[in-house]
Amino acid sequence: MFIQDEDTIVALATASGVGAISVIRISGEKSIELVDEVFSGKIKLVDAHTHTIHYGKIIDSKNELIDDVLVSVFKAPHSYTGENSIEISSHGSSLIVKKIIERLIEVGARLAEPGEFTKRAFLNGRIDLAQAEAVADIINSRTEASLRGARNQLDGLLSQKVNFLRNSLINSSSLIELELDFAEEDLEFVSLNKVMNQLQEIEFEIDKLISTYNFGRIIKDGINVALVGKPNVGKSSLLNYLLKEKRAIVSEIPGTTRDIIREEVNIDGILFTLYDTAGIRETEDVIEKEGVNRSVETIKNSDVVIFLNDVQSGFSNKLFEKLKTYTNEDRIIKVVNKIDLDPNTKINCEVKISAKTGEGIDTLFKVLKEKAIGSETYSEKSAIVSNIRHLDALKRAKQFLENAKESIKEKLSGEFIAVDLRNAESALGEIIGRVTSDDILNNIFMKFCIGK
Amino acid sequence: MRKFDVIVVGGGHAGIEAAVSAALMGCSVAMVTMDKHAIGRMSCNPAIGGSAKGHLVHEIDALGGMMGLIADRTGIQFRTLNKSKGPAVWAGRCQSDRKLYSVEAERVVSNTKNLEIVEDSVVEAFEENKKIVGVKTAKGEEIKCKALVVCSGTFLNGLMYTGFNATKGGRFGEPPAIGLTESLVKMGFVSGRLKTGTPPRLLKSSINWDILEEQPGDENPEPFSMRTPKDEFPYLPQLSCHITYTSPEVHKILEKGFDRSPMFTGLISGVGPRYCPSIEDKVVRFADKERHQLFLEPEGLDSDLIYLNGFSSSLPVEIQYEALRKIKGLEDVEMVRPAYAIEYDFFPPYQVDLTLETKLIEGLYFAGQINGTSGYEEAAGQGIVAGINAALKIQKRKEFVLSRNESYIGVLIDDLVGKSTDEPYRMFTSRAEHRLLLRQDNADRRLLKYGYEFGLIPEEMYRDLQMREILITKSFDYFNQKRISPLAINPLLELKGINKIDNGEIIGKIVKRPELSLKEVLENSGLNDDELVIKLLQNPKALEQVEIELKYEGYIQRQYELVEKMEKLEKIQIPLNFNYFNLKTISAEGREKLSKVKPRTIGQASRISGVTPSDISILLVYLKS
Ligand SMILES: Nc1nc2c(ncn2[C@@H]2O[C@H](COP(=O)(O)OP(=O)(O)O)[C@@H](O)[C@H]2O)c(=O)[nH]1
Repeated sequence: MFIQDEDTIVALATASGVGAISVIRISGEKSIELVDEVFSGKIKLVDAHTHTIHYGKIIDSKNELIDDVLVSVFKAPHSYTGENSIEISSHGSSLIVKKIIERLIEVGARLAEPGEFTKRAFLNGRIDLAQAEAVADIINSRTEASLRGARNQLDGLLSQKVNFLRNSLINSSSLIELELDFAEEDLEFVSLNKVMNQLQEIEFEIDKLISTYNFGRIIKDGINVALVGKPNVGKSSLLNYLLKEKRAIVSEIPGTTRDIIREEVNIDGILFTLYDTAGIRETEDVIEKEGVNRSVETIKNSDVVIFLNDVQSGFSNKLFEKLKTYTNEDRIIKVVNKIDLDPNTKINCEVKISAKTGEGIDTLFKVLKEKAIGSETYSEKSAIVSNIRHLDALKRAKQFLENAKESIKEKLSGEFIAVDLRNAESALGEIIGRVTSDDILNNIFMKFCIGK
Repeated sequence: MRKFDVIVVGGGHAGIEAAVSAALMGCSVAMVTMDKHAIGRMSCNPAIGGSAKGHLVHEIDALGGMMGLIADRTGIQFRTLNKSKGPAVWAGRCQSDRKLYSVEAERVVSNTKNLEIVEDSVVEAFEENKKIVGVKTAKGEEIKCKALVVCSGTFLNGLMYTGFNATKGGRFGEPPAIGLTESLVKMGFVSGRLKTGTPPRLLKSSINWDILEEQPGDENPEPFSMRTPKDEFPYLPQLSCHITYTSPEVHKILEKGFDRSPMFTGLISGVGPRYCPSIEDKVVRFADKERHQLFLEPEGLDSDLIYLNGFSSSLPVEIQYEALRKIKGLEDVEMVRPAYAIEYDFFPPYQVDLTLETKLIEGLYFAGQINGTSGYEEAAGQGIVAGINAALKIQKRKEFVLSRNESYIGVLIDDLVGKSTDEPYRMFTSRAEHRLLLRQDNADRRLLKYGYEFGLIPEEMYRDLQMREILITKSFDYFNQKRISPLAINPLLELKGINKIDNGEIIGKIVKRPELSLKEVLENSGLNDDELVIKLLQNPKALEQVEIELKYEGYIQRQYELVEKMEKLEKIQIPLNFNYFNLKTISAEGREKLSKVKPRTIGQASRISGVTPSDISILLVYLKS
């Protein structure tokens, strides 16, 4: 029943098929000996020091060269997994990678399961639960900023903060418990005012963490933008421009009438996902209605809406009113297009652009970013919440604190205050794995992809 | 050679419950005790109950135990502590007539069918193939048994200290039990030393009562046991306690004797309880406190002795005297017996399972101070669990384990096994994470079913509870949707000077106001013809439950949420012979503790001290794969 990690596992660590260099990772007690069997270099890797890099060749079973490689040696416990491990940097070709991995399997390694490297790191006590989750995020991160956010969690900033808050809570609880258990003794009990202040401070810190979530989420998942406007205002042209000039990636979400076009574009390290909507006109046509519904859904799910107009037809008030019934006005950016035709247009919009010349488009993205995350910025040293599970736990902890404060205000006796403090403590504990149900663990390990 | 199903070693509070419950369950039982008149003797303060301990007494009672009944029959002062707080921390406490308590205890034991008292002491236990088979006594008799319950209190190699003066003994004037520890150690058990102290007994007539603050009992005292007939209770005349304080002058005198205190000089190696420190400990640890509170408690109706609660000590007699006479009211005091400290053997309780059966030897049970607890109530709670389990095992029935979310006894045993305390363990309400659910008032609702199942609770009592449950559930639901009219209730609200209502209001909501009781509300509800209301008003026990559940609905709800969350971990079983040493990745300490305790579930594992959250996560991952 033990998966005691005697197996040596291997997998490609870099994304497959891209980049000039591919990194293959091998981990397990015997991994270094195993690589020695296929590697020919100046020295045997088992004799190498930890954290050293060696040039050499990977040789197949018939002693023929597969590739020239660089091999990094990490010895237990000073590796990512906490076990002996090796990273082979080879040329990027997927054929070469395939051959090297097959060769390693030949000599006794096995292909790693999804998340197995991280699981081993976790099992070996190299990282805690929140950190393990961060790894999943790093793997899935597509922009620099999201990578930084995950790194910050991996560094344990969030765990540290939560631990600190949890200890403060335990501290407050014990003041209350003291009075309950030793009421007969003539001890001096702390005033509830003091407890109240402590709780307020803790809640303030929790609030601060909660408020980082929007930022954290956007850093991690990017900003969703819906594009709304009458026909011919230039929605397709805007997307086309981004495709050509900003190397956006286009995909289509299939639908009945018309597919919703989705474009992902990375600007200043933040991922914007733009959705072109089919229109939100009232209609009797069943098929068209379906399209409208999908557009409305898209609008509701987006962080920001670009309401596009053009200099020719002017600001379409009717459509704007309609749009406001689907989303909050302060999420809408009014934009006028085609200013190359009328640079001095009097149309009252926040941003003026030309999808033809590209004028104003950088400004547009700056405004988009501001709308989505506000002007608040966080240093890399602040704990940031980007995981919905963590947010949920924090919110519950906050609610329990609110209850506790309410009980204090109503002058209820300590045991009533204590029940909510205990619940709050347990909610915080979930974040750092104090009370981990196996669902949480499962969920976490499911999210990993092969190689990490 | 004599033969019994169960032999119980010791006639203390654990021994009584173990012996009586096993006997009532149909086993032939021998209680081996040195002196039958010492059965139920209170070695320390003449009191039963108190915060969290009162809860234990109620639970023992609901299981069919004897402690509550004996305390009710022999109590000379009854009080409910924490009455200003919520019902979950209300706790009964009584002063007992020390002599009568033990007379009554002896009577209860002697009158129990299937139960024989053997005046002797066990010096050796025998096992065959890791199964208990019998004992040998000091008088040389060998007795066979199928189960052995050791409730030896402070008697195992007991050593009493007053200053440097050490006497062998388990209690004042009684010899220690020698031999049994060694016999158990030979079987492979690990033993340790603990210490505890007891304060001086003063001569009643030498105290200046007039200048002392009086502390009377409750006007309407409540019995512990639901089997105590209310109309006969209290059985005895009621007395008061008195309060006095130490002073800086007293502290100075005590300090003079520190170099002759066996605790300070390291003569006593056992660890003492932090929550019940000796007076010298208090003076040192709370150096900035100018005075410490002391209670003068009567030892009995016609006793000349006064128990000075709060003044336990192992200082030399002359120092004790000098200090006492500087205390208000004690200016001319005569000490009948000085304070003394006692050091005794215990067996770190990771060696027992949640049934209190030892993990090493089948059929061998430990209960009470031998497991490192202090207090009569803690001992009795273990005694009844051990007795029931010994009987169940012999009758080849399913074992009996109480969980943390249904009882303090469950908390107690789970803590003992997992935390293996290094100081005497005392129960506190804060140890129970589900405190709001574990109240004295609902002990029967939580536990009576077990007492009934084991034949320790009469059928009619159980049926009565079942009927009550139906009434409670029905009323609770009904009041949570039934509205009360302003016309009916406003006069009462006005009388109480609290906000009136304008529209009909749900009964469940209006009773949440702290100023109102459910009874008042119902009497002023205009629902006087309502059948359910009539029935409930006639059933005060059900009424109390409905009131508490309505008043504290939100809190109780949130308490259940926590229970559910923890329940998940309690449900994940760990295989019996799980080898933790295969888990190289668990911390060394975690590995060692886990293999010692052998927890049954992840929940239990997560509470073991020294086991970290990541150890638990790792364990979970392993159990999954
Ligand atoms: N001059 C000018 N023409 C534009 C601009 N943007 C779009 N157009 C033209 O406007 C017409 C409609 O554009 P299209 O992108 O198809 O509009 P959509 O229906 O909103 O997608 C096309 O003929 C575009 O070439 C612009 O910025 N300047």
